Amino acid sequence: MKLGFLVDLNLCMGCKGCEVACKVENEVPLSSWRLRVKYIDIGTFPDASRSFTPLRCNHCESAPCERICPVSALHYLENGIVNIDNSRCIGCAGCMMACPYGAIYMDPETNTADKCTYCAHRVESGMMPACVVACPVQANIFGDVEDDESHISKYIMEHQGGVQVRKPEKHTSPKHFYVGGGAQTLDPLAHERIEGYSLFNKITHLDAIGDKNHGVLDRFLAPFEGHEEADNSSMMDWVSSADSKKEGGH
Amino acid sequence: MVENTIHATQAVVTLDVALPGIIWGWMITLNMWAKSVGTGVILVGAFLLYRHKREEMPNLRWTMPLISFIFLNIFLLFTLTDLHQPYRMINIFLHPNWTSAITVGAWMASLFTALITLLAVIGFFDAHPDVRRNCALAKKVRANSGLYEKIFPFVVFLAIPVTLYTAIIMAESSARELWQAPAEVMQMMWAALLAGSAALSLVSDKWSRETRRDLALVLAIATFFSFLMYMGEYFFSFKSAEAEATLAYVHAGGAYNVEFWFGMALGFIIPFFLAVSNMKSDNKTLLRFAAILALVGLYMAKDVWLKIPQMLPLS
Repeated sequence: MKLGFLVDLNLCMGCKGCEVACKVENEVPLSSWRLRVKYIDIGTFPDASRSFTPLRCNHCESAPCERICPVSALHYLENGIVNIDNSRCIGCAGCMMACPYGAIYMDPETNTADKCTYCAHRVESGMMPACVVACPVQANIFGDVEDDESHISKYIMEHQGGVQVRKPEKHTSPKHFYVGGGAQTLDPLAHERIEGYSLFNKITHLDAIGDKNHGVLDRFLAPFEGHEEADNSSMMDWVSSADSKKEGGH
Repeated sequence: MVENTIHATQAVVTLDVALPGIIWGWMITLNMWAKSVGTGVILVGAFLLYRHKREEMPNLRWTMPLISFIFLNIFLLFTLTDLHQPYRMINIFLHPNWTSAITVGAWMASLFTALITLLAVIGFFDAHPDVRRNCALAKKVRANSGLYEKIFPFVVFLAIPVTLYTAIIMAESSARELWQAPAEVMQMMWAALLAGSAALSLVSDKWSRETRRDLALVLAIATFFSFLMYMGEYFFSFKSAEAEATLAYVHAGGAYNVEFWFGMALGFIIPFFLAVSNMKSDNKTLLRFAAILALVGLYMAKDVWLKIPQMLPLS
């Protein structure tokens, strides 16, 4: 059994239902995302269109994150899911440097790496991942890619020639496929990221990796201090591009 | 004109989440820089011991492992400090994943540091016979001082993989294409020789002129080839889209461009000429100056190369 995902970008309407469902199901903290939907505008007015690309962990068959993790916190499940054991993670961020898809984040509450697990806990109970259930147009298709009779396998066969993965040149053998995608939607270098401009806000880059209030000394003192309630307001202090001088754009 | 209004890839991100900025920052730069000094002094020290008599470098036997010990501990400290869960570092030894260069490196660096500590202790007590004359441990160490010569060849051999494993970590960082260049391995080696010769130059005051000339020779060769390798990558990098886009952060000017060229000038160009001139006429002050410049410049060059690939959006 090898579980995989397919997103039909022709169907996705950018409602972000999957994004919200993922957040709720996995209690993903503020400033972090296991799954996100990116909006990309293509063309010039009036011949312009907007595309929506859900982005999550690709659960690669040859996962660089699993290879670089020094303590096997990232590991394969028998069904092909690349799972993560937070209790073992040392927070070296090696996986964040290795993942070509930027799918791993440092959880600001636990200060350990985290990512999409295809809702392994739900799958184990025979349920579909939360994002699949939430999608109103069934753009997210999930199943066993080694089973010829599964919905995802049939969908791939029906769309032969139009099925793509992100960054195939990295030889990671992703188990996350897209139908209806193009270079502009799947290749981050093929679209411009104008700093300081976003549809609803000016947030471009996170101010810190992990909890911004968890400095070097705190990391060493944390086990000796009581667990305080998470101060979510501190996580809202992102850097707006107007203030950020350290990042460039493409 | 039509080519300006209908761009083939007129694609713009209009809504997305905030992306992470620099993940591995100055602590990792300092970590790599300190490791270069820690292993480099052993490699260059071994070269000097091979070329010259011990009497020409009276304090080398204990200053070499002592410098290495200090910088290896700086390296280990910042390795630990950069972890978000530092106490879980123990998991590398309890639950090692041997496909990870981080794991292999941590084991090798720990063994290397342990052996260097032993060398430093033996070297120090041998060089200072009056220190702790009646201490049982010091007596035992002095009685076994022959151990130094026995383990030193192994330490020199181990210094090579300890120097190079960071290049393997970078090679495993598949998301940062600039680090995938095979040149990274050689860059690490030249950095160690540069840092080692520079650090030893600072304690070579009482050494013979010939040993200082050899130090200057190693410094000159290391700065020359380091500079060539950086120039090779800067101007003729392998033409992958990501590597090109990464280098654009330096090519396009700005803070990283300034830091890069300061690194090249301070770390490689000026020390090269100072070291060459020192080979002709011995000038301790100039050699020390070259050594300090080389160490400062090396840090800057490493810092730029570490950070620019992290600025590229990955998705």
